[in-house]
Amino acid sequence: MSETLLTVDDLAVEFVTRDRRSTALDGVSLRIGAGEVVGLVGETGCGKTLTGLSILRLLPRTARVARGSIRFRDLDLLALDELRMRGVRGSQISMIFQSPGTAFNPLFTIGSQIRHIVGEHQKLSRRDADERIREVLVSVGLPEVERVTRSYPHQLSGGMLQRAMIAMALVNRPALLIADEPTTALDVTIASQILRLLRRIQEEQGFSVLFITHDLGVVRTVSDRVVVLYAGRVAEDASTPDLFREPRHPYSRGLIAAVPRPATRGRALASIPGSVPGDPGSIVGCAFADRCELAIDRCRAERPLARTTGPEHEVACHLASLPEQGWS
Amino acid sequence: MAIGLAQPVVGAPPRGFGHRLRRALLTDPLGFFSLVVIVLLIVMAIIGSAMAPYPMQGEGASSVTTRLFPPSWAHWFGTDLFGRDILSRVIVGARGALVVSVAVVALAMAIGVPIGAIAGYSRGRIDGALMRLTDLFLAFPPLLLAMAIVAALGPGLDHAALALAISWWPWYARLARGTAISLRERPFIEAARSIGIPDRTIVLRHIVPNSLTPILVQATIDIGTVILAAGSLAFIGLGASPPAPDWGLMVAEGRTYILDQWWVSTFPGLAIFVAVLAFNLVGDLLRDLLDPRQNA
Amino acid sequence: MTRFVVRRLAGSALVLLGLSVITFTLARVIPSNPAALYIGPKARPEEIERVTRQLGLDQAPPVQYLTYMRDMLTGDWGTSIGTKRPVLEEIVSRLPATLELIAAAMALAIPLGIVLGVLSARWQRRPPDVLVRVVSIVGVSLPAFWLGLLLQVVFFRNLDLLPLSGRVSADLRFTAPIEPITGLYLVDAALGWNWAAFVDASRHLVLPALTLAAFPIGLIARMTRASMIETLDQDYIRTARAYGLRDRFVTYRLALRNALLPVLTVVGLTLAYSLTGSFFVEIVFNWPGLGTFAVHSMLNVDYPAIMGIALFGAAAYVLINLVVDLAQAWLDPRVRLA
Repeated sequence: MSETLLTVDDLAVEFVTRDRRSTALDGVSLRIGAGEVVGLVGETGCGKTLTGLSILRLLPRTARVARGSIRFRDLDLLALDELRMRGVRGSQISMIFQSPGTAFNPLFTIGSQIRHIVGEHQKLSRRDADERIREVLVSVGLPEVERVTRSYPHQLSGGMLQRAMIAMALVNRPALLIADEPTTALDVTIASQILRLLRRIQEEQGFSVLFITHDLGVVRTVSDRVVVLYAGRVAEDASTPDLFREPRHPYSRGLIAAVPRPATRGRALASIPGSVPGDPGSIVGCAFADRCELAIDRCRAERPLARTTGPEHEVACHLASLPEQGWS
Repeated sequence: MAIGLAQPVVGAPPRGFGHRLRRALLTDPLGFFSLVVIVLLIVMAIIGSAMAPYPMQGEGASSVTTRLFPPSWAHWFGTDLFGRDILSRVIVGARGALVVSVAVVALAMAIGVPIGAIAGYSRGRIDGALMRLTDLFLAFPPLLLAMAIVAALGPGLDHAALALAISWWPWYARLARGTAISLRERPFIEAARSIGIPDRTIVLRHIVPNSLTPILVQATIDIGTVILAAGSLAFIGLGASPPAPDWGLMVAEGRTYILDQWWVSTFPGLAIFVAVLAFNLVGDLLRDLLDPRQNA
Repeated sequence: MTRFVVRRLAGSALVLLGLSVITFTLARVIPSNPAALYIGPKARPEEIERVTRQLGLDQAPPVQYLTYMRDMLTGDWGTSIGTKRPVLEEIVSRLPATLELIAAAMALAIPLGIVLGVLSARWQRRPPDVLVRVVSIVGVSLPAFWLGLLLQVVFFRNLDLLPLSGRVSADLRFTAPIEPITGLYLVDAALGWNWAAFVDASRHLVLPALTLAAFPIGLIARMTRASMIETLDQDYIRTARAYGLRDRFVTYRLALRNALLPVLTVVGLTLAYSLTGSFFVEIVFNWPGLGTFAVHSMLNVDYPAIMGIALFGAAAYVLINLVVDLAQAWLDPRVRLA
């Protein structure tokens, strides 16, 4: 196993407003190794984006970290002062977002926006900076790099903008790239192009990726490992082939079964009845208990902790460590 | 001049609005201040003469022995060139100020809202034509059109009121059009249309009542703005004429000797300022309470 | 962009046409005896007849309108009953004084309003924000004529710091007269190296400009604040922060540029306000500009002058709107390079 680049340990994030306090992340732990692509999967509202934002300390004003730690290389990110944290953002850890159209400033050219990023983190001459920008734009497969540099965001298509955003994220050669639903807003053909691009550059340059998505199909093509999140808690954490071959958490099984496949065409779509609970912090037992057909009393009384059930395979379920139950 | 809501908020006010309004007006210092001022204005408008220490002077009777007295316990705001108690005149003048502005705003709404509602609901050519007309009136700098109309008709409070109403209706037309357009697509309007209710009834019974929220917010702010506009017109001589206790007129009358007898112009002007301030504050408050983003 | 410009120009031309119809209606159609209004109170019957024929008042309204338009476009805006000089000439000769006043007020209001608005947005809910919001709402609520009078009392009578009225001190006309080149005293004084006059004219400009600037400062500050708050909430600002850009850079070099675009519209509105607002300020400070002329015309029922000023003011507003729209379009790459 490669060295660990990022460790999130028991991260809890809550939203605090004048009247109430609700927990969005309730003890999330995960590891990302150097050069590894980890997929973070879950339904809308399970807290995956929040996890990504927490790593970079970009939480909205109403949110705060209740407990936990995030270690990146030898840095304790949650304890870092703002000045040094800014040094990390965009240079050691970069993030790309879901809708590239609104992520760029409409009044500045693509080139000048990337130049801002370069200028903030690297001491390069104007010529060297431009050269680096040109280099990174070429590496993401953009045609007519000169024209793109001089263009404004509204002049480029969604796919091109997403490539530009990836370029901007990589221009300072970060060790970790956090990708928050980068293909969700794109149409299918473009999306698959972007995914292939990401995979290719990642293999070429060797940076780690935290790939946040709700799409299991995407996660399967891109990631080395998958972390399944449910209601602010980690349900399962396994390598990609292991997860899809032998999902051990009832929720993971439900998710995988719900993906439409040519084989199941014509039949009713399998779905998980019920809906995601609102405030996971207030749930005593397993967050999934209400929707789980295998739930027993213990599930509702006691929150399941992560157990290792195989090499690099952890599950948070009371029933997972009992192999005699014979389910898979 | 009216700066309205960016997006008209249609339909009934959100739940708890009455509650939050009451809390804002009673606990927030600025809200409370505005409430007090507006209530005071209304009271002065209704029973002015009864409240004033020198009611006859308030109406215009002179008192030669008390000319140009500085503020004192007998005369809180001092007296003017004709010996009249300025406090009394300010109190009595509240009625004129309030009545004129309410009349102007009411008239502007009466003209503008139907035009705007019809334009927004009908769309197409009627909309285009009506909006072209509205834009024309809006193409005049604020107050210029009103001044030209008063000049054409001759000075006088009624002419000033009419001129101001003619200048103001386009803002309500625009507002009403905006709400009509958003309401047009609502299911209940489509339902009404599909069961054959005539357009005229739809506009009157459904579109207009549901548009009232932003329009009334605007009207509240406008009452203050019109008090200012009417006062300004009176100041330059295009409004009420002596011996009426019109605030703007009083400021103008006191101007000749303002350097030594500062109180004659200062207090009526202060009345205008405080009244406008109160209405603007209330308007801001209402807007904040109705802002859809804050309630989401 | 060219198509946009052409469309806007055509639109403005149409509006001007419509405005001329309104002023025509006010000048010729609505009054019961337009000829008498045109000449003045001491009109003799033969004069009324002559003017009736001259203005085509005996013709059908559409023909009258054409006569009216012909007159307007050739510069014949009638003769002022009060001064007996051509109305257009009166307007043009007094324009520089008013322009100088408005320019000074705007030069004060725009930077100050924007700075206050930005600070207010940056420190939301803290003392600077509260202060700015108070200043703004007071600014838009103050009657300009009252403020002017108060400033006169305080700065002239009580503190004896600034002059009471007028554009220059009376004796300066003999000791250091200004050579009129543009009609803008500050400019002319500077061009003629007449520093005594420059200082004197500046001192006279302070109070009137301050008075006229109150409302614009309030309005611009409020709108800038609202626009900044909304901009700072946008995705692209979040992106900038996500890449470690410095707070000051993000606020002042990035967000501000986006936020100022809609503020341009407000600047246009305040310019329009200043057009008529200057009337009141000029009266209070005896400023010899268009405003004083306008008010006196209205009080004396100098009909040709009133109508001329109304048309002029409306045309100026149309021009201001056109310039603001075009500027906004040009500054926004989404429109400029559509």
